[in-house]
Amino acid sequence: MGGMHSISRRAFIVGATAVAGGVAFGTYGDAAQASAAADANPLQAGLGPNSVSFNPWVEISPEKITLIAQHADIGQGVGSVQPIMIAEEMDLDPGQFEIRFAGPSPVYFNTGFADELAPFVAADQSPAAEQARAVALESLRKSGLQMTGGSSTIPDTYEKLRVAGAVARETLKAAAAKRSGVAVADLRTRSGHVILPDGTKVPYVELSAEAAKIPPVLDAKPRDPSQWRILGKPMTRLDVRSKVMGELQFGIDLKMDGMLFASVKLNPNKGQPLKSYDARKARSMPGVRKILKVKNGVAVIATNSWYAMQAVAAIDCKWAPSTYPAEQAGHWKILEASFKPEFLGKQWRNIGDVEAGLKSGTFVEAEYRAPYVGHQPLEPLNGVAVVSDGGMEIWVGHQSPQAVQSIAAAAIGIKPEQVTFHNQWTGGSFGHRLEFANIGVLAEIANQMRGTPIKLVFSREEDFRQDIPRQISLARHKGSFEKGKILAANLQSASTPPFKELLGRMGAPSKDPDGQLAACLWNVYYDIPNYRATSYEAQGLSPCTTWRSVGASSAGFFTESFIDELIHAAGRDPIQARIEMCSVPTYRKVIETVAEMSNWKGPLGNGRGRGVAFVESFGTPVAEVVEVTVTDSGIRIDKVWVAVDVGKIIDPVNFENQVQGGVVWGLGHAMNCELTYAGGAVQQTNFNHHEAMRMYQCPVIEVRGLENDPKVRGVGEPPVPPAAPALANAIFAATGKRIREMPFNKFIDFV
Amino acid sequence: MIELTVNGIKNKVDVDPAMPLLWALRDELGLTSPKFGCGVAQCGACTVHIDGRAVRSCQAHVGEVAGKSVVTMEGLPNRDAHPVLLAWIEHQVPQCGYCQTGQIMQAISLLELIPKPSDEEINEVMSGNLCRCGTYPRIRAAIHAAAAKMAEK
Repeated sequence: MGGMHSISRRAFIVGATAVAGGVAFGTYGDAAQASAAADANPLQAGLGPNSVSFNPWVEISPEKITLIAQHADIGQGVGSVQPIMIAEEMDLDPGQFEIRFAGPSPVYFNTGFADELAPFVAADQSPAAEQARAVALESLRKSGLQMTGGSSTIPDTYEKLRVAGAVARETLKAAAAKRSGVAVADLRTRSGHVILPDGTKVPYVELSAEAAKIPPVLDAKPRDPSQWRILGKPMTRLDVRSKVMGELQFGIDLKMDGMLFASVKLNPNKGQPLKSYDARKARSMPGVRKILKVKNGVAVIATNSWYAMQAVAAIDCKWAPSTYPAEQAGHWKILEASFKPEFLGKQWRNIGDVEAGLKSGTFVEAEYRAPYVGHQPLEPLNGVAVVSDGGMEIWVGHQSPQAVQSIAAAAIGIKPEQVTFHNQWTGGSFGHRLEFANIGVLAEIANQMRGTPIKLVFSREEDFRQDIPRQISLARHKGSFEKGKILAANLQSASTPPFKELLGRMGAPSKDPDGQLAACLWNVYYDIPNYRATSYEAQGLSPCTTWRSVGASSAGFFTESFIDELIHAAGRDPIQARIEMCSVPTYRKVIETVAEMSNWKGPLGNGRGRGVAFVESFGTPVAEVVEVTVTDSGIRIDKVWVAVDVGKIIDPVNFENQVQGGVVWGLGHAMNCELTYAGGAVQQTNFNHHEAMRMYQCPVIEVRGLENDPKVRGVGEPPVPPAAPALANAIFAATGKRIREMPFNKFIDFV
Repeated sequence: MIELTVNGIKNKVDVDPAMPLLWALRDELGLTSPKFGCGVAQCGACTVHIDGRAVRSCQAHVGEVAGKSVVTMEGLPNRDAHPVLLAWIEHQVPQCGYCQTGQIMQAISLLELIPKPSDEEINEVMSGNLCRCGTYPRIRAAIHAAAAKMAEK
């Protein structure tokens, strides 16, 4: 077990900073201090003798080279691509370095959120938009917020990690030049060595002590992509082999000397405390060591996770009731009544004369619904922690290291800097590991078991009950068309606000409208002369949070279904009309590409149908065509074509895997999943109730990546939002039936 | 004490005979390649081989497994050169990777029963193994590739 060392982090201060016109967001620590700390290298404190660190991402000792992954690996492959971006510039080969996840530090603040936080749509590259993004970036720097999410890893790290590698390479060359007396210009680097003109190879690790004594070469420039050896070409993810061999250790696999196992039963009325409990039966069950009360439930400490789970299930608990409606119907009722001025989030866009446009054209209106959905990565919530007099050490996979410190610390009355956090490889997240259901309670348990390492593992049922779901959302869209063209659109949604609620739980509440509820409502790039987009934020409902693709996961379905309805009513071809209406040339190219890939030639007939959808989310435009066949046993999804523009494809194989996975995620949940409340608790508690997609429903998915966007974009989430509307539009094309509510299996059977 | 033969080694475990094999492997014997995903045979992440057949270790009780031969990924014969594992690496199947040992143990069992499976047969056998990251297209491709490789021999 690693030693408890104090880290130079300040407390997570409650507060919010307004950024460039109304985006709010938490501040970590005093702004000026954070800004200064953002330049410090946290690796310096932990360096051994004769070791060197040029920046927060590279550490070289006489024994080994360690590259730091600042973004959490949640299966999206960033535990591989981050170090590879550094290795590309350092001329290191896979196998010549170790990977370590970053500890909490403001130096790892996420620059990649700047575009999403600035109040301009992604395609707007105007000076005003770029200036707002620069302001947002400075605010992020001041905040020091280190967070993985929003498909931002590549946008955040593409420049800075290649620069970090270039600085390391040039500094190692400078050290070799000093030692050998050869001019730097005559030195080369290859495979972890500096190579002298006479062919002598000096391993980087031999230069660590000397490199530590010279100033780092800070003006080193990353290479032009045309010179890349690894990036941009098919490469093997560094974690593939160890995952296939079953050797990679996930957080849930950790073992420590003297460790005991815990499992919990927490109030399924989310956010409410335990009233009383009766643990008589559990006490005498096998393997049970201790029964503990925690703030919102009970925990059993046992000699094996299974004993702990069995015993905790046998505890009879009385819970404080929910503050949201106990029954699901009450949730929809509140949502239906939320289209009122007092619940206004924001009118995000208003151009032309919407009322006049709606009156003069042929009128179309429709209502759409998206339910609560669970994240449920396959690795259940877990964590290992030990509390001693000096503080707490915690090993857990999480996307917000600083928030883990502050929430764990608050749970047991210590300071955030007394919490030492070790990030872990995780078995998926999809937004689940941005939340804290396992963090505070693990701290409470470990604090009651001081000195003993505790591994907490949630049962799947408990994980479902404590999963803060995706927002519930309802849209009332109105529009009109005239002479085959869309004349007006008035898009309105009422929803629970996912990002705002996440910030609230992180201790940084925001009063500003949730920008995630503008996604796919205002960033719609069709040439519609009269257009209005308005979000309403429902109150008094279940807590909600970010779920892979966040606001766009529901609003993408609403908007692209409604656009399809308008296009159909206007008598136009859905893909041709979208191409004609699309006002951004690079985005139009994405739709044209998917039309070409699918060889789109209008209706298929004979019980077959195709649907298309186009959504930009997190700056990445994605177009998808779904093809379905009506069979005796239901709708079969035959094939999906996807075109995506990310500006630059860094890791082409993983890119394809991410896109395919995003489509599976989008389709599977749209078809088969919802979480509903009864008696204040979710009714779906295992995968048989919330199945998403299994192999037998999975279509062939053909992917093409484009590189026309002026910026480098992420791809973890953007393939999700178009999947549901493309499927619904395909079902309409095949059957004439419009499905306006997820999950679709409530209205139609699938194979 | 219950005697469990795992990866060719006889172990004695002092647990409730009703304990699922999964938890004896993970928490008692320290074999963590079988993963806990659901506990109710809905996800397949805990799949191991018992007497040569793929079994959900969350459903096999320790008491029933005594005397049988259990194989986990840690002890899979010829693991480093196994055509199914090599196909999985070649096709870069994993994303988070948490389900993949279970997927592979299931796929090995499938190919022993049906050496050249069709897509339908793959769907039939592999649909009990959930992958939340959605790697199904690559799993399918890797199984076909492994089948072709194994047929060469």
